[in-house]
Amino acid sequence: MAEMNMAQAINQALDLALAADDAVIVFGEDVGTTGGVFRVTDGLQETYGAERVIDAPVAESGIVGAALGMAIAGLKPVAEIQFLGFAYPAYDQIVSHVGRIRNRSNHRFTAPMVIRIPFGGGIGAAEHHSESAEAMLAHTPGVKVVVPSTPIDAKGLLLAAIEDPDPVIFLEPIRMYRALKQEVPDEHYTLPIGVAQTVREGVHASIVTYGSMVRASQRAADLLAEEGVSVEIVDLRTISPLDEDAIVATVRRTGRLVAVTEGHRTGNMASEIAAIAQEKALYSLLAPVERVTGWDTVVPLKRTEAHYVPGPERIAAAVRRTLGT
Amino acid sequence: MEPVRILSPDGSLVGDAPFDLEEARRLFAAMVTGRTYDHKATAMQKQGRLATYAPFEGQEACQIGSVAALRPDDWLVGTYRDAAAMWFQGYPWQNLFLGRMGDERGGEAPAGVNVTPPSITVGGHMIHAVGLGWAERLQGRDRVALTLFGDGATSEGDFHEAMNFAGVYATPTIFLCQNNGFAISMPRDRQTAAEHLADKAIGYGMPGIQVDGNDLMAIYSVTRDAVARARTGEGPTFIEALTFRIGPHTTTDDAGRYREDGEVEEWRTRDPIDRVRAYLRLNDAWDEAWEQETADAAGDEIEAAVAAAEALEPFGPTAMFDRMYAEPTSAMDRQRGMLRRDG
Repeated sequence: MAEMNMAQAINQALDLALAADDAVIVFGEDVGTTGGVFRVTDGLQETYGAERVIDAPVAESGIVGAALGMAIAGLKPVAEIQFLGFAYPAYDQIVSHVGRIRNRSNHRFTAPMVIRIPFGGGIGAAEHHSESAEAMLAHTPGVKVVVPSTPIDAKGLLLAAIEDPDPVIFLEPIRMYRALKQEVPDEHYTLPIGVAQTVREGVHASIVTYGSMVRASQRAADLLAEEGVSVEIVDLRTISPLDEDAIVATVRRTGRLVAVTEGHRTGNMASEIAAIAQEKALYSLLAPVERVTGWDTVVPLKRTEAHYVPGPERIAAAVRRTLGT
Repeated sequence: MEPVRILSPDGSLVGDAPFDLEEARRLFAAMVTGRTYDHKATAMQKQGRLATYAPFEGQEACQIGSVAALRPDDWLVGTYRDAAAMWFQGYPWQNLFLGRMGDERGGEAPAGVNVTPPSITVGGHMIHAVGLGWAERLQGRDRVALTLFGDGATSEGDFHEAMNFAGVYATPTIFLCQNNGFAISMPRDRQTAAEHLADKAIGYGMPGIQVDGNDLMAIYSVTRDAVARARTGEGPTFIEALTFRIGPHTTTDDAGRYREDGEVEEWRTRDPIDRVRAYLRLNDAWDEAWEQETADAAGDEIEAAVAAAEALEPFGPTAMFDRMYAEPTSAMDRQRGMLRRDG
């Protein structure tokens, strides 16, 4: 057990996976010599060599497409794309091939691979570095989409993703890489993909969210607690497939739902969460479902980014609206 | 650049034959079988028994000659126009028919046959061949990967990324471009300003070879050399095969809108099957009876495949949910239930 942040926990998961299974390789731009732009793969090439921790040319479609070929031929590649905003050239490979090869070949060829992608805003980076377009990936058949919010979850979910027989997109909230430290067990462990976790119990309203918005929601819940409002928080941890049962259960418990994501407002994960609540738990709802989201704008640059990314105040305001306070 | 040629259209040799007469007869028969499938599939599409079909008539030497240079366990990564190549590497005709009938079982290569289902999007598959061969080498095996594509695919960004990765990592990949003159309606000279497609290889640090794509012996010979390079760790090769698609792009296309009949007739005089027949005749290795026997055997094989494909019952309505993941996810289970409930 050691105290570590999410970047270190992911590094440890990769280290364990590389040590345990010769088929696992790490593959991406700058992942080797420099240990990745966020240093998440730091030291791995030194330990496992340049044939297992492979620096790739700057070509996102090529990285994902080559990783698919590798996966079909028996490897378990863990590809890295540096930022979600740079992953768009790879979407064609993800949508057209990675998510389809099992179906297209009627199970003969499969893609046991992971695509790790740092995503989301809140660090005031340059344009394209703060994207939260995960709904586009969740909309894609044949891939699973996992989003950890803590170091402990990141390690267990990544190991599960690497061991999954199907392709997993692993979205790492950039803001959480070094925001939080936890005591992370040293040994190998996995957490189930597709299973949400209630990270805070409450009785008056539910927040359903994931990724860096879990911490923003925790802070909102702290503010509301001072007002005597008890908020339950469900961390989805996987956004495809969604844990519908967990969403329905929390709505039934509290009767009020606020769905939070930093993705653009139209057609995002909060929209899907709201739709599930009205389909499956309408008669438990005491107020309209609130969605707290980013806007249908380009993510603003550093000086005004805070007005885009949902923060505790915006989330708390939405909870208050569900309570009529 | 002079395209590599061994066999002239009149059947005479202008180079050394890379295989003996018995092998020439075997490959001739394979090309005949390929063309029999092609004609049958086109006819079945017109009868409404197949969905849109992309004929490959005229490209049989590219497909049979290149695959003849592979080992049975090598990878083949081709397109919707490469049925003859896929079959010759072990993919059953039945599955090729099934795919065109609209049945996902058509995409399933038998165990041990390393042929991926045909790529329908243009250009996205070549990088898979790079990854496949690369993974074989990383796992200590010497399988190589042959990828087939057309002249149009060389305009796609993924062509560049595939060629670049292959060059940088010296992967065991053979890029075989069947330059058949047109990408649907777009002629080759409007696809790229490069004088030859083969010249593109220079930019990726690999050899680029132009070959007469209707010359079975030349195709076999250059592919064999490229396979040998790949297998011994010397890296990838780009082969541009000059050929011509005798038929339309697909059965929904009217090729008369973009090319002259005379061009098609001119290319018919360079037919890859006729050329090998002429060679065999010159060498007393052909007679009418054997030709008929070959055609009959091909016909029987194709008809049997059609019968087997058409005898297969369609998937049940909810089978789609069982093909997406190793184990259906909660979403698949819920949606299967919804389909069962409401249709």
